[in-house]
Amino acid sequence: MARPINLRIWRGNKNGGDFHTVTVDANEGEVVLDVIHRVQATQLPDLAVRWNCKAGKCGSCSMEINGKPRLACMTRMNTFAEGETITVTPLRAFPVIRDLVTDVSFNYKKAMEIPSYAPPANLKPGEARMEQIDVERSQEFRKCIECFLCQDTCHVIRDHEENKKSFAGPRFFIRIAELDMHPLDTLRNRKRTAQESHGLGMCNITKCCTEVCPEHIRITDNAIIPMKERVVDVKYDPVRWLGSKIRKREDIS
Amino acid sequence: MAGVHAEHRAHIQERTLRTDRWWLQPAATVFVLVSFIIYATFRAFENKHYFVEKGELISPFYSPCLSDACVEGTQLFGTLGPSSLWGFAISPALLILIFPLGFRLTCYYYRKAYYRSFWQSPPACAVAEPHKKYTGETKQPLILQNGHRWFFYAGLVFNAILTYDAFLAFHGPDGGFGMSVGTLVLLANATLLWLYSLSCHTCRHTVGGRLRHFSKHPLRYKLWTRISILNHHHANFAWVSLFGVAFADLYIRLVSTGAITNYFFF
Amino acid sequence: MSMERYSYDVVVVGAGGAGLRAAVEAREAGFKVAIICKSLFGKAHTVMAEGGIAAAMGNVNSSDNWQVHFRDTMRGGKFLNNWRMAELHAKESPERVWELEMWGALFDRTQEGKISQRNFGGHEYPRLAHVGDRTGLELIRTMQQRIVALQQQDGKNHGDMESHIRVFAEVTITDVLVENGKAAGVYGYRRESGSELLFEAGAVILATGGIGKSFKVTSNSWEGTGDGHALALRAGSKLIDMEFVQFHPTGMVWPPSVRGILVTESVRGDGGVLTNSEGRRFMFDYIPEVFKDKYADTEEEADRWYKDQANNRRPPELLPRDEVARAINSEVKAGRGSPHGGVFLDVSKRLPAEEIKRRLPSMWHQFKELADVDITEQPMEVGPTCHYVMGGVQVDPDTAAAVGLQGLFAAGEVAGGMHGSNRLGGNSLSDLLVFGRRAGMGAVAYLQSNPSKPSLSDATVKKAQERLNAPFTHTGGENPYTIHQELQQTTNDLVGIIRTKKELEESLEKLAKFRQRIKNVSVTGGREFNPGFHLALDLENMFLVSEAMARSALIREESRGGHTREDFPKMDSKWRQVNNVTSVDGEAVKCEQVKAKLLPDELSTLFENNELSKYFTEEELAGMKGGSK
Repeated sequence: MARPINLRIWRGNKNGGDFHTVTVDANEGEVVLDVIHRVQATQLPDLAVRWNCKAGKCGSCSMEINGKPRLACMTRMNTFAEGETITVTPLRAFPVIRDLVTDVSFNYKKAMEIPSYAPPANLKPGEARMEQIDVERSQEFRKCIECFLCQDTCHVIRDHEENKKSFAGPRFFIRIAELDMHPLDTLRNRKRTAQESHGLGMCNITKCCTEVCPEHIRITDNAIIPMKERVVDVKYDPVRWLGSKIRKREDIS
Repeated sequence: MAGVHAEHRAHIQERTLRTDRWWLQPAATVFVLVSFIIYATFRAFENKHYFVEKGELISPFYSPCLSDACVEGTQLFGTLGPSSLWGFAISPALLILIFPLGFRLTCYYYRKAYYRSFWQSPPACAVAEPHKKYTGETKQPLILQNGHRWFFYAGLVFNAILTYDAFLAFHGPDGGFGMSVGTLVLLANATLLWLYSLSCHTCRHTVGGRLRHFSKHPLRYKLWTRISILNHHHANFAWVSLFGVAFADLYIRLVSTGAITNYFFF
Repeated sequence: MSMERYSYDVVVVGAGGAGLRAAVEAREAGFKVAIICKSLFGKAHTVMAEGGIAAAMGNVNSSDNWQVHFRDTMRGGKFLNNWRMAELHAKESPERVWELEMWGALFDRTQEGKISQRNFGGHEYPRLAHVGDRTGLELIRTMQQRIVALQQQDGKNHGDMESHIRVFAEVTITDVLVENGKAAGVYGYRRESGSELLFEAGAVILATGGIGKSFKVTSNSWEGTGDGHALALRAGSKLIDMEFVQFHPTGMVWPPSVRGILVTESVRGDGGVLTNSEGRRFMFDYIPEVFKDKYADTEEEADRWYKDQANNRRPPELLPRDEVARAINSEVKAGRGSPHGGVFLDVSKRLPAEEIKRRLPSMWHQFKELADVDITEQPMEVGPTCHYVMGGVQVDPDTAAAVGLQGLFAAGEVAGGMHGSNRLGGNSLSDLLVFGRRAGMGAVAYLQSNPSKPSLSDATVKKAQERLNAPFTHTGGENPYTIHQELQQTTNDLVGIIRTKKELEESLEKLAKFRQRIKNVSVTGGREFNPGFHLALDLENMFLVSEAMARSALIREESRGGHTREDFPKMDSKWRQVNNVTSVDGEAVKCEQVKAKLLPDELSTLFENNELSKYFTEEELAGMKGGSK
């Protein structure tokens, strides 16, 4: 039950490029990545596309489909209307390498800037005790497959290249939140550095990261806003600030 | 718009390649919010038709009424003195609207709504914004958004007052205990305001979100899980409660001007 | 063409669980390490592992210990396992899991706050540490973050975060370079630019994973092209027992584009049952003799087991993977399959919808989004899919040193021996960590006793360069995609889940023809991120692996674990004594038979006499303490 569809694919590299429209068969049950593979196998053997697991678990095949940041392996063909031309481009927040492949190294650099998990110094392997309800919040953020769609759609860097220096992006705000909510983490200045070094204050909570997350992580509601509130606790709330000075610590239990 | 057209990114002219009606949501937001602002401004300056004596209905715009210009029976906490002291005749609404307005203005949901629709930053996901520079909420005045919790606390006081107003409205046509459509309107309004306040992100943070170990605070954890469920619908409550306030005020105005009659159940 | 040149102490080829664990070990010993990933950092196939990490921590059932885990592993592998590897694995996996926790992994918890453990096929007790059904993601992300933590330390101490560990993402290695009979580095290219890289290194660790892409229906991603297997063979090392390929019983069968993608065993562990088109729970008809006393023979007992595991035998849906895969295969062949050629796996009638979504969140999403099936309401359609190769580089159990080439090490799926003829679910992630660490230690010990840096001759480098560039020098050859599809069809049809002498011979004839076609393959387009070029180079690896599999499969005239011969349907104790060892001589792929080692007394006494007699010959039993009781 193959039906022909039109695919308008951006091809090129950092020096320039253009759209190429091809007509290709799509079978029942297929996703955009299948169709791109068919184009590769039958029409454009050197079409560059990054992919890996094809099951929405590795986050490699991030691209923009009809202008929306998506995973090509999780975008079903039957969500498009009969006869619709589907436009496929590389991620538009990152430098392009070739065709649908972008250079996402920005994200790996940012990952290296986030202070790592710091367990208590006297904790021995096997002796950690954590309750399920205490790990659940952080577990949600660890579902992240690092597809970087949230980074791509975030207007702070998508629309302002110059902000890349000072802004870690939603993916790393959930990393910071994960660690700040970790029941055993001992590093206590994560709130302050989130605001002062990683650009949490740049976020204006317009929620596009949450909209595009293929893992349905509630990035804004469960990580960014709680982190903003925690930042207020230590930086902008005089009552809390005084309390923490008296008790000489930043967190309460 | 150096962003999507920055060097080394894929050279694509279009500001967005989205094919859906992405502009619909911001446009609708602008329309609704502007309508509300126009109506609220008009009502705040109108300085009348905010109280219906028969059944004791007071408009949420004017409660608590703090001016000596307030109609007898509405001055819940007394007055701030004769308006002549202030040098001009001030509408009592202007003194109090600032608090609920501030709560909504700094609300995490409304911020999203107006940043997207009014400021177009961004107008919709993956649609390039028109601004050259962007610093988010790191500088004045937007850094003041961090004061949301103070407005939240004030909002709770207002909720309590409006709830009290709703109870005061349990009056029959003869002044004794009773109930009218107006009672229901005020009750619904107060309920929606509570839902909006309790579902707020700051509330969620305060009751339990700031804790590191839920297991050590079972009661607060339970509260947090409940508030989290409400929080999921915060955007809906934000809109519905906004309509609720406007509707309650409009209802009282219409009754007050005699355009409609407040129906009494008993 | 320009060439980048690097010098490291250790090069780790592969950035899945095993490679990253090896890298951490070598770096912690103070050596400089290059990690090479074929895809982006953190995308390796390890992320696909769902069920958990098997480790006898005894958190859920305190009767569990390493001896029980060892026994389960040997049983699962039908005693063909390298017993020393199975022993090390069972003993060390708890420490590896706890170590992950120290590095930030957040496993699901028990009531007491310990790491929770779940039931899994072939494991006597609840043993799999897990995070929902995304344990592989947790493992890889934790290792990735451990690497970053070490880099941050290096940044503090040396002023350069990449001074001791550097990750080379999207680089494919095409040759292990050998100088004076020792591994001396690797050669490869950047996928994005096509530019070439040379790494000089005293030790090379292969951790490249599996071979699934040689088959048509597979759970493996494009990376599983048997690179490490082929690299080892071409560099003079050997592969062991390549005939043993695990077909995971439950892969998706519909829609076609996702055919082969895995449905985790946890679905069955959490109560999912397999039924045929007649609605019958057919697994009760397929309990083999050796497992009769361990598995329930009535539905009532099987159902009771989910609540009371102490007093009931487990349901046959939880038999080892090879048994379940064969059973499904037989049901489909007998015409009792589902509409799209699988069987039904149903958890919707067993658990409330909310519970399914909580326990199996990614399965729920996977079916909802890829197949439009709501597994809380409808059954899934599943069938066997090529999942894992038990065979691999022959290694020393303690050091993971590859047999046949000094300075080469292998860990994870690319190494052979640990799992015998069939791997238990959950034993893969623990294998990665246990032997990844051991490979790192092995490389460290080797470098300490061989401190002089190897020097690479121009001739060696030139040879590697020529091989890499060959696809661009041919004109008029075939399109690599066509050859790949045909190769996959051949292995699928002729070296698949059920094998016969006739078909295996036919496969070897067909494979011989592929050799020339692959040599002449030509590529269009440039070098920049050109998937046709990448595939052209991978093809040779898949071809070598396919030939190794077919030759070994033809020789082994019995059915055992991941090797089923229709013409020799029984397991034969004589063949338990045999390991098939594949090597390459010039262009020829050779397969020799080597005698497998017997269990030492301290391990054989862990088994009952009547169990050992199912696997060992009379003479062997006479020589074993455990058997002589």
